[in-house]
Amino acid sequence: MTAAPLTAPASRAVTVPRLAAHTWFLTGRRLHALARQPAVVVGNLVQPAIWLFLFGSLFRRVVDIPGFGHGSYLGYLVPGVIAMNAMNASMWAGVAMIEEIDRGTLNRFLTSPVSRLALMTSGVADQAVTTGLQSVAILLLGLLGGAHYPGGVAGCAVVVAAGVLLGTVFGGLSNAMGMMLRQREAIIGFNVLFMLPLTFLSSAFMPTALMPHWMRVVTACNPLDWAVRAGRSALTADPDWSAIAARGGGLLALAVVCVAVSVATFRYYQKSV
Amino acid sequence: MTTEPCAVRAHDLGKTYSVRGVKGGVRALDGLDLTVGRGLVFGLLGPNGAGKSTAVKVLTTLTRPDRGTAVIEGVDVRRRPDHVRRLIGVVAQRSGSDPRATARENLVLQARMHGMGGRAARARAAELLGRFDLAEVADRLVKTFSGGTQRRLDVALGLVHRPAVLFLDEPTTGLDPEARAAMWSEIRRLAGDDGLTVVLTTHYLEEADRLAQRLAIVDRGRVVADGTPDELKGELRGDAVHLELPSGTVPGEVRAVLEALPSVREVRVAGRGVSTRSDNGAAAVPAVLAALERAGTPAASVTVARPSLDDVFLRYTGRRYAPDTDQDDSTSSPPGPETRPSARQEAAR
Ligand SMILES: Nc1ncnc2c1ncn2[C@@H]1O[C@H](COP(=O)(O)OP(=O)(O)OP(=O)(O)O)[C@@H](O)[C@H]1O
Ligand SMILES: [Mg+2]
Repeated sequence: MTAAPLTAPASRAVTVPRLAAHTWFLTGRRLHALARQPAVVVGNLVQPAIWLFLFGSLFRRVVDIPGFGHGSYLGYLVPGVIAMNAMNASMWAGVAMIEEIDRGTLNRFLTSPVSRLALMTSGVADQAVTTGLQSVAILLLGLLGGAHYPGGVAGCAVVVAAGVLLGTVFGGLSNAMGMMLRQREAIIGFNVLFMLPLTFLSSAFMPTALMPHWMRVVTACNPLDWAVRAGRSALTADPDWSAIAARGGGLLALAVVCVAVSVATFRYYQKSV
Repeated sequence: MTTEPCAVRAHDLGKTYSVRGVKGGVRALDGLDLTVGRGLVFGLLGPNGAGKSTAVKVLTTLTRPDRGTAVIEGVDVRRRPDHVRRLIGVVAQRSGSDPRATARENLVLQARMHGMGGRAARARAAELLGRFDLAEVADRLVKTFSGGTQRRLDVALGLVHRPAVLFLDEPTTGLDPEARAAMWSEIRRLAGDDGLTVVLTTHYLEEADRLAQRLAIVDRGRVVADGTPDELKGELRGDAVHLELPSGTVPGEVRAVLEALPSVREVRVAGRGVSTRSDNGAAAVPAVLAALERAGTPAASVTVARPSLDDVFLRYTGRRYAPDTDQDDSTSSPPGPETRPSARQEAAR
């Protein structure tokens, strides 16, 4: 049997350019849709702004507690709120994935020669852009509120990058859940269950030095805390770069694993669709 | 397997979905065989749940079968899915267009995914927008489209890369009669002018009958009959000729008169109604009427009904073709089985 003469021969060799091109087009599709809803973009910043200023004023005096070790609570809070926002925003990626499944858009891509990896990396890129912009906005809000960032631009860049990596971790997990379970309720349930514990079992609002021992153990395993600590250290005048690299590397490794898991779930999805 | 060129060849496809609460799962495909020649409209006809969509999903590389082989234009679906994806266009039962983008953006993206350059992609999008009467809505968000407009965009999306085989899964379900007629003529044009092979699934008997040059009737995950619509109906050997007699006639006499005629057979009398079969109903009617006239028992009315796909379905499955009458079936005067009685009445007038 011979192949059809009607179309170009299948190209198997060019995979990296194809991945890059497809990621670019698919990211453009997502960002385009987002750009059509500027109100959503702004609205998404309301919640972190509330945390920042509500908690910032509510707990302003906690810096006076012996052992807190930071001068301004608002400055302390900024990396925490950025990490929390990055996690919260990306945890819902799976719901968007389910929408694409229900609509049939995902199936259309899966029956086209679209790079499977690009379907996920475009989600990561989209998430990175939005999380990055939101993180910068939170940094600026903090600045407006009187926080100082002795770490300068490099420190700020680390905070943003840590937020993006954290978002990738939770975005990948959420996408995998969306494809495996295909139920919004499952993702909502997961998020409601884990969002607050993950946030408060970290140093986002309170230094671990003030926590009971068991909490400190749990916190050390919490990727949200890795992002918070890496960012907070980078924002100081004297960052501990090796600790930042360790936590950042951990986040990066976890992000790669989560994206790989979400790509692998395509196989599962395609068996059951 | 022969080497005669064909667009689609599937052998013994089987797929069982595991479904919670159903022991052993749901068997969607159960040894489905299919051969589709090039350049024609091929219909897969079957009631809801017959396995049509599952067959399309397997043939279009979306899902893997548990067993069996499928080849599109000579390329194996399981071994070289990426190659197959370049050969096929897919219009799934569910839309698949991106509702948050415009029609043009959808088309351009699809073209770029198939490796077209920016300029070529935009030109192809513009061409398809014109052809499918979408020029006016080209730059509107798809979520604001009516059902018929969305469906036209879906078909355009499937054609962007000039595929060799186009799969259309229930392209007209949910469309109003006007939009359905427009879709039919577009599908005919695709196979005619463009030399495309179109594999179409439908649960409308009339759609299969009018649109498909060849048909496979699918039931419970397998093909129970295939051929041209006329062949399938021809296998039933003949039209139904139905007579209504005036009161007071003696059925036995009528039966004797009719059984003596060579042009009709299988004479069955029920009350004042008599039904027979004939190889050519229209030609048999004058002889039937004349014979009854001579016997002094003229008929009150006579009806000739061509065998329908409904009868074909009945013969091969032992059931009447009765797809679930979902909402759009009952509202949009579907060319479904319920139009048959009225067709009979018209012939009787
Ligand atoms: N993803 C799935 N998971 C579980 N069961 C499924 C799935 N897809 C289809 N089925 C089941 O497989 C059978 C065949 O379904 P399929 O969608 O192929 O039928 P169909 O002929 O396309 O019907 P329709 O006319 O309703 O579209 C049905 O019993 C259906 O419930
Ligand atoms: Mg179907």
